[in-house]
Amino acid sequence: MTSRPAILPERGLADRLTATFWRHPRLLLAVLLAPPLLWLGVVYLGSLSALLLQSFFSIDEFSGVVKQELTLKTYAELVRAQNLDIILRTLLMAALVTVASAIIAFPIAYYAARFARGRWKAVFYLGVMLPLWSSYLVKVYAWKLILAREGIVTWFADHIGAGPLMARALEEQWFGGSSLSTSPVGTFIVFVYIWMPYMILPMQAALERVPGSMLEASADLGATRAQTFRTVIFPLALPGIVAGSIFTFSLTLGDYIIPQIIGNSARFIGLAVYQFQGTAGNLPLAAAFAVVPIVIMLIYLAIAKRMGAFDAL
Amino acid sequence: MTAAVEFQSVSRHFGSTRAVDGVDLTIAEGAFFAMLGPSGSGKTTCLRLISGFEKPTGGVIRIFGQDVSDVPPNRRNVNTVFQDYALFPHMTVRDNVAYGLMVKGVDRRVRLERAEEMLALVKLPGFGDRRPGQLSGGQRQRVALARALVNEPRVLLLDEPLGALDLKLREAMQDELKALQKRLGITFVFVTHDQHEALSMADSLAVFNEGRIAQIGTPEDIYVRPQTRFVADFVGSSNVLPPEVTRTFGGPSAWASLRPEALRVVVPDGVALSGTVTALRYLGAGSRVTVALGGAEVAALVPSGQAVPTVGATVGLAFDPAALHVMGGEG
Repeated sequence: MTSRPAILPERGLADRLTATFWRHPRLLLAVLLAPPLLWLGVVYLGSLSALLLQSFFSIDEFSGVVKQELTLKTYAELVRAQNLDIILRTLLMAALVTVASAIIAFPIAYYAARFARGRWKAVFYLGVMLPLWSSYLVKVYAWKLILAREGIVTWFADHIGAGPLMARALEEQWFGGSSLSTSPVGTFIVFVYIWMPYMILPMQAALERVPGSMLEASADLGATRAQTFRTVIFPLALPGIVAGSIFTFSLTLGDYIIPQIIGNSARFIGLAVYQFQGTAGNLPLAAAFAVVPIVIMLIYLAIAKRMGAFDAL
Repeated sequence: MTAAVEFQSVSRHFGSTRAVDGVDLTIAEGAFFAMLGPSGSGKTTCLRLISGFEKPTGGVIRIFGQDVSDVPPNRRNVNTVFQDYALFPHMTVRDNVAYGLMVKGVDRRVRLERAEEMLALVKLPGFGDRRPGQLSGGQRQRVALARALVNEPRVLLLDEPLGALDLKLREAMQDELKALQKRLGITFVFVTHDQHEALSMADSLAVFNEGRIAQIGTPEDIYVRPQTRFVADFVGSSNVLPPEVTRTFGGPSAWASLRPEALRVVVPDGVALSGTVTALRYLGAGSRVTVALGGAEVAALVPSGQAVPTVGATVGLAFDPAALHVMGGEG
């Protein structure tokens, strides 16, 4: 007979806690979830509903005091030509930035997911994340210099003889300006650059989950590369593309710094919110403006779900 | 008759690794051909060379007489059942099966009809609306089979097709695959590391070892007349006898193989061969008895119902001299 015990002795608090959690599995769940739920529920959703409530108030046009009674008057103001203009401009910019990011991000994400191994994978992550380590403002101002009339882009265009072509393009009313850094094209370029990592990473994660044998199966069954892309890669990567586009789209919708520094000072939603709650002191209209991106994102997600973007999750 | 698949000193090297090294191979049209070997022996690479997912670094591959060196996978009339099935999770079973016709531009109504026929062929009628995720492993395999057959390929490649199935299902599928192949008359080439599977299903098989073919022949050739020690050892856990032991068994001074089932355990009186039992393994249909004699260990199969000696007992061994197969090839 052996004298080794069947039950090991308890070794203090750690063992007692482990035993308690083992007997009551829900307790551990509660302990783990309580702080984030408090944060999300109270601090985040609380302030969000305060904002929502604010948007149903209105401002007294003479005294500038917020009248705390529920009305849709502020929302009616949103559809006034000048405000609608801001919304449509922001929406168009966000859509263009998202599409451009997706197109540029795809080959990078595809390469990283399919071919990069070991050290090259590390180089990929570093390359994508590195810009996120430096200040957003520094990057935006750096781009202002790059895109300026005396900047490297103009210099390069002049060098290869494309200067006049670029100058002609900038004369275009719709997106032109006195230089790239003061044109909507410039705003667009900087938006695409700044939000690119948020598109690449979820896309790469989605592509990583597509097994190589699935692409081989497609080719094996007679599909061309283009058909494989359309019928297999794209649908399977769609959740990642949608996740990425949620970032690029919503971040562009809400940004108020890039349009201030780069572009022709045309107003965007973020900028409008910033100005209405600050200098203009019109908190209800600022809140109503802030609701717009939320509603747009909800519609966007509903469409994405309808398209089956989350089927392959 | 042209061969369905022909390899002429084909090699596939990955850097310094010789996955496939100078393989010559001819697979007859309508054959059920197996490529057998341990993992890393080059059998799967050979399969991928036929489908076009690997390019040979040397040699020529012909499919029905045509050199396919410059033909990408999508233009080879060869289809594959993948080891992990590789069904498209975002499509219904019907769309999965119809995929090959869809990419060829076959009319929607026609291709869905064909998909339904193929599903009936693999005994999954009415499963068209489901998603691959809702099927069991065996059902998924049938879908993969239907999807590969819908294009009416001239050669069907199967990569460890039964590897993920449990024993019972595997045996049922073996019979079914065999019947299907007979019925369709398509050349089947399948890769497996399971000797029993290869022996029971194939008309002829190639045994792979370290990127080369160790032996090609009918299952009986391979099992009864192995040419190398590797083949004898790998196919059916045979006794591989070194030259001096072969002499003890009454053979010439050369390497030889002797199947455990050819050896009988007898009373040790008056027999030339006797030894001590060192291990016993119960196999269900019989027991495998390991006997130490003259510095070597040989295994004998005692059919169930007969007396099994105990470990440590002295036993005699008897065998039919015709069962002792002397191997010509070295290695």
